[in-house]
Amino acid sequence: MIPEIGHFLLIVALGVAVLQFLVPSWGVWKGDARAMAVGQSAAQVQFALVFLSYLCLTWAFVQKDFSVTYVAANSHSELPLMYRISAVWGAHEGSLLLWMLMLAGWTGAVSVFNRRLPADITATTLAVLGAISIGFLSFMLLTSNPFDRHFPVPADGKDLNPLLQDPGLIIHPPMLYMGYVGFSVAFAFAIAALVSGRLDGAWARWTRPWTTTAWLFLTMGITLGSWWAYHELGWGGWWFWDPVENASFMPWLVGTALIHSLAVTEKRGLLKSWTVLLAIIAFSLSLLGTFLVRSGVLVSVHAFATDPARGVYILGFLAVVLGSAFSLYAWRAPRLKSDGDLAFFSREGLLLLNNVFLVVAAAAVFLGTLYPLFVDALGMGKISVGPPYFNAVFIPLTAPLAVLLGLGMAVGWKRAKLKEVVRQLRWPAALAVLLAIVLPFLWVDGIGFAVFGGVLLGCWVLLTSVHDLWGRVRAKRSLLNGLSSVPRSVWGMTMAHIGLGVWVLGVAFVSLYSVERDVRLAAGESAELHGYQYFLRGVDPVRGPNYDADRGTVEVTRDGASITILHPEKRLYRAQQSVMTEAAVDESPIRDLYVALGEPFDNGDWSLRMYYKPAMQLVWWGGFIMFFGGILAASDRRYRLTKLAQAPVGADGKVGA
Amino acid sequence: MRFLIPAALLVVLLVFLGIGLTRDPREVPSPLVGKPAPAFDLALLGEPQRYTQDDLKGRPVLVNFWASWCAGCRVEHPLLVKLAGEGVEIIGMDYKDTDEAARQWLQRHGNPYRRVVLDAQGTAGLDWGVYGVPETFVLDANGTIVYKQIGPMTEQAWTEKIRPLLQGQKS
Amino acid sequence: MSPRHWALALLLALPVLAAAQPQAEEPPLTVQATLDAGQQERYRRLIHELRCLVCQNQTIADSNAPLAQDLRSQVERQIAEGRSDDDIRHYMTARYGDFVLYKPPVQRNTVFLWAGPFLLLLGALAIALRQLLRRRNAAAITPAAPDPQALQKLLDEDRP
Repeated sequence: MIPEIGHFLLIVALGVAVLQFLVPSWGVWKGDARAMAVGQSAAQVQFALVFLSYLCLTWAFVQKDFSVTYVAANSHSELPLMYRISAVWGAHEGSLLLWMLMLAGWTGAVSVFNRRLPADITATTLAVLGAISIGFLSFMLLTSNPFDRHFPVPADGKDLNPLLQDPGLIIHPPMLYMGYVGFSVAFAFAIAALVSGRLDGAWARWTRPWTTTAWLFLTMGITLGSWWAYHELGWGGWWFWDPVENASFMPWLVGTALIHSLAVTEKRGLLKSWTVLLAIIAFSLSLLGTFLVRSGVLVSVHAFATDPARGVYILGFLAVVLGSAFSLYAWRAPRLKSDGDLAFFSREGLLLLNNVFLVVAAAAVFLGTLYPLFVDALGMGKISVGPPYFNAVFIPLTAPLAVLLGLGMAVGWKRAKLKEVVRQLRWPAALAVLLAIVLPFLWVDGIGFAVFGGVLLGCWVLLTSVHDLWGRVRAKRSLLNGLSSVPRSVWGMTMAHIGLGVWVLGVAFVSLYSVERDVRLAAGESAELHGYQYFLRGVDPVRGPNYDADRGTVEVTRDGASITILHPEKRLYRAQQSVMTEAAVDESPIRDLYVALGEPFDNGDWSLRMYYKPAMQLVWWGGFIMFFGGILAASDRRYRLTKLAQAPVGADGKVGA
Repeated sequence: MRFLIPAALLVVLLVFLGIGLTRDPREVPSPLVGKPAPAFDLALLGEPQRYTQDDLKGRPVLVNFWASWCAGCRVEHPLLVKLAGEGVEIIGMDYKDTDEAARQWLQRHGNPYRRVVLDAQGTAGLDWGVYGVPETFVLDANGTIVYKQIGPMTEQAWTEKIRPLLQGQKS
Repeated sequence: MSPRHWALALLLALPVLAAAQPQAEEPPLTVQATLDAGQQERYRRLIHELRCLVCQNQTIADSNAPLAQDLRSQVERQIAEGRSDDDIRHYMTARYGDFVLYKPPVQRNTVFLWAGPFLLLLGALAIALRQLLRRRNAAAITPAAPDPQALQKLLDEDRP
């Protein structure tokens, strides 16, 4: 009964979504305030319906209702409760429902927080979001209903894909979807700007917190996904340039560009049509990612089970939504006139360059991801594009960004003097060079051109961020006074940039100085890696809730002193009879010691893969700090002011970006 | 005018994605098609002499890589037996297998092979670009590879692709 | 940017290529450390460039599929025999086609793949520069710029 209710609620939600699209649209067209206001209640009702429907599916999982096809395919009587709840988004149908829940949630939030916006802007925004809901709800109901039943009811389920039975995977998809779907709000705002023809500083100010919020979730989602891959795939890698990873990375890059161009649009009234275009593209890439992951056009480690009908549907949906958006853009964008001058050596000038590099980097990822498909479609053969390509192309395209970032923060809006900036930045620059020479020796006992460059860029970003903040604080009477006078958006920007710097440092060290070794060990034997001794004490059978495992006990010592005991596992999940590697990692900010069990030999020996990974944690920390910076920026007080306050600011001279 | 560029790019992208939907990204053509069969010199199951790529010349043959441990081979086996009964010459390449296991397997399931070549180390498999078993190569009378079936042989692949090729050979 | 540069990974012993051979009778294949440091670095780089064809989307370094193991030992053997990287890549493409290379060579069907990003960058920079020049000209027509302090104050006005 519960699954039928869930199904029914989705059908009703579709009806409400149709109302949410049609009535406010009509209201905007006719100038009817009451019709425009319908959008708000429709959005909230829709959220309630989808949320209840989502609970119904969760209930079916918790209750182990294997008469529901989706539950039977992705759960098992032995599956722990935690994973039964997260199994809701473990495959195509349920993850689509999660996506829909997020969309309804964002829409509901827009309806609540945007009450004081001009009625036509809110109405258009909600109508656009309603249109997107229609697409996803009908997609689910027509091709991917998670509530379908099947008879006879199987005795037990087929179990959740063991790869997904990991704590990292419990929060990674919701975060990622929050980010993907969040860009729909910026998209809807962009459409509203095109429809109304009004795009001013106020519009940019409404759009910024939504965009930043979407971005921070996407940042967290990507970081967690990478963290999961590192621990769960057992190969020590953390970024594979897989199409599915790229599908999340492209909107992130464009979203980052959007955050920066929104700052220019807000402060200077420039780059208007470009900002609108970026908002449309960021969401387009989210939708494209959905298509790539669920249609089977690309080969990926993570792809969902695919079905051509779904691909055709999403492609049609893409054509309708993006076709309308880009047509509207072609028609209305020429009216968005930017006024004011744009000097090259000014913050806005440098932010424009930032956008150039970010968008070209996103385009390069796009090209590499889809190139095999293009070549195949043209009948020019089958090729693969993988990590060596992306690394070769991506790094030169993004390295200038780090340089620009440090400059940009020191350069004021409108116009700046090069000499003044050089004077300001000479100490951070000198210190960055010094650190780039010293740090590699301290951290990894070596130096080379690549690590020098990487550490230099990372330190440059870090030091200029701190320097910029210090400049703001120093202008005040006391430290406390200074720190509290810095607006949250500036804290957010600084944190996000510091996060990037930390991330760059981590990437430089871990990419260039990881050490890896495969060995064959019998119990009691040991192997050495980078000064650490790994003793394989033994491998013992362990019985988990829904798997049987071989659990290794590996003691790591250095100079005779015990460092840690690691327990890598090789699990055989009983229901699917699939083998999973659970790596064991001793983590610290300095280095990770990583051990994974390979294959057993006939005589009882085991092959072990061991890694020494310097500064691996910095990569995660970088992501978390960026996430935290995003929270600070999005929660700045000035975005919550509902009226366009004109209060003058103290003459500290700096403006948050 | 320049505001139309994004829309135009979108149309191009959608066309490509549409074509992409009709393709299978996993279906990779073998570069060996159109080339002579790679060289090998291996022992035969139950026969004293060696077998080489030259022995494949003179008439069209199917070269089927299989193994007793391979599940997909069970799937295609009845079809191979049927084809052999119709007079199609099939050479079996017993991939990474042991003589004994192969012999037992053939006894149990029937032997469609004119000869069974023992590729115990998988060296021939490597040179023939085999991903995994089963895979079937179609050779013309000159010993040139004209088609490669990845995965189990199917009735459809036989009637639509391979038989026309072989008939073209004979006429 | 997962580990692709093995610059200092010279102290590595050779990986023991653990094998999940399809049949149990044969002992797993183990390869002795026969490569010197420079050869090991080449080995690492090559196995990270080659695709495991039976896997979803993994390099032969990242897969334990039997084919990946075979290809890894093939790479190792050929390096030990003194073949060049290009020889080995050629060996692979002759059997599996360009699909096996994660780093596609520059050829007719990959020209745009390699040149594209940099052409795009040039194009985008050109557009941005044109924009900057045009805007600067616009600025030149406007009256002389006020002093920076006043400017900053003006700017701050749209901020609470």
